[in-house]
Amino acid sequence: MKVRLVDIAHARSGDKGDTANVGVIALEPRWYQVLEEFVTCDRVAEHFRGMIEGAVDRYELPNLNALNFLLHGALDGGGTLSLKTDAQGKVYSTALLRMVIDVPDAEARRLDLPAAE
Amino acid sequence: MKKVVRVAAGQGFWGDDLDAPRRQVEGGPVDYLMLDYLAEVTMSILQKQKERDPSLGYARDFVGAIESVLPAVVERGVKIIANAGGVNPPACAAAVKAVAEKNGAKGALRIGVVSGDDLLGRIDQLIAAGHPLANMETGEPLSLVRDRVLSANAYIGSEPIVEALGKGANVVITGRSTDTALTMAPLRHEFAWGAESWDQLAAGIVAGHIIECGAQCSGGNCLYDWRSIPDLANVGYPLVEAKPDGSFIVTKHPNTGGRVSVQTVSEQLVYEMGDPHSYITPDVIADFTTISVARDGDDRVLVTGIKGKPPTDKLKVSVAYRAGFKAVGTLVYAWPDALEKAQLADRILRQRLDRLGLRFERILSEFVGANATHGRLAGDQRKAPEVQLRFGVRGPDRAAVERFTREIAPLVLNGPPSVTGFAGGRPKVEEIVAYWPALIDKSVVKTKVDIIQ
Repeated sequence: MKVRLVDIAHARSGDKGDTANVGVIALEPRWYQVLEEFVTCDRVAEHFRGMIEGAVDRYELPNLNALNFLLHGALDGGGTLSLKTDAQGKVYSTALLRMVIDVPDAEARRLDLPAAE
Repeated sequence: MKKVVRVAAGQGFWGDDLDAPRRQVEGGPVDYLMLDYLAEVTMSILQKQKERDPSLGYARDFVGAIESVLPAVVERGVKIIANAGGVNPPACAAAVKAVAEKNGAKGALRIGVVSGDDLLGRIDQLIAAGHPLANMETGEPLSLVRDRVLSANAYIGSEPIVEALGKGANVVITGRSTDTALTMAPLRHEFAWGAESWDQLAAGIVAGHIIECGAQCSGGNCLYDWRSIPDLANVGYPLVEAKPDGSFIVTKHPNTGGRVSVQTVSEQLVYEMGDPHSYITPDVIADFTTISVARDGDDRVLVTGIKGKPPTDKLKVSVAYRAGFKAVGTLVYAWPDALEKAQLADRILRQRLDRLGLRFERILSEFVGANATHGRLAGDQRKAPEVQLRFGVRGPDRAAVERFTREIAPLVLNGPPSVTGFAGGRPKVEEIVAYWPALIDKSVVKTKVDIIQ
């Protein structure tokens, strides 16, 4: 079943130099496992392919039902050097939430995940 | 010892809501008001102001803030902690003293002034003594940009603030303290936490991280269920009610807008986060994977369980240096085919800059309304009703950037049709002040506390 990340998580992002961080938080605690299983580093790197220059790191915070992603080389140099509208990476959060993941039907039903339209 | 200490946040950056400090001390009981004024960009602005006038170089908003909260300080004993000193804490203290006297509170303030974070005058000596101040990201030595340095400050921790409070200060003014130390220090002072009470110190740091951006943890900029967040026009700024064991409640005053919930606090916890296992500060390394957050009634969130470990023997240094010039110009194209018209204008502009022989380090064009924030993820936007071409250049040569700013307006008459939105005039050339993050041995940074009555 296709599931939109925006239907199962909320997020906030910020910057550190030329790196954007995106914290993704499950809307329901039981959905955290879905984030952990399907929103992998590789999947996020593929999602942002061509938009960021560096690697992607992922950290798990099960205590907050959250994942933290570092998107390196995401801010056109970052801070004051950047020419981007989003020089401080404030809306990489919702850019990540555009992701659609593919969850096996049985698991999606068990966790009561909302299906993408 | 107090059983509960309340620290309220009244300012999340220089430029935040001017009335928030007063509302924080009048809206309910607080022991400390914490005001965070300094972002990286702020330090270099303040340094430039100090070069023009040696009596400046601090966050001048703070003087007005002090004036607005003076009755609470004098009559109810609320204490103020702020990094408003910027690159000139003594001048800030003098201005605060003057405004207190003007308001008939002569002698009522005992101002603790923390200095020692400013390394600008010591750079050459430090480099000569074997501290290369290498860039943390690239490894390059500071000598590469030495002649363009504007300011250099070490991020200092809670110790000098605790010292000032111990000496009876009711207003503490620092320069480049870490944002989080401004909240942790009063808790450490009140609860007599030792320098190796790692878990408690870490808890104080986490409390600071949650409230240092003001209303961003109490409903502001909150994505979760954002439509339902009440009365942001009257948003309540956050405060923590902390206990000696390091547990604390995040809340806000009654009869204010916004919301404090597990979700609003969690969003702020992940903001600007790096490796959550190691949130490094001068005092302690906090482990964000140990934080528990739970609802404790309406607009109350209980935070517990935080673990800390010993810090490193380094301090972070932020060096600001001149890094060239930039300018950004915009034009708006209307339906039909708004995006296509904006894209054609972009190509024309690039050809003209090329023909003029102008060279830049970087040219970036974005199409606002189509892809400026989410790039190709936004999908096909050819039907957009309007698109803003946002065209930026950056380079070391001011004249080239100046010349670029003259190339936007002509497009209105000699480029693609249905164009508007140029009323703002020619783009402004801006000098870029960039940041050079470095580390330095803690032992070479000596902080000092002066008390001014």
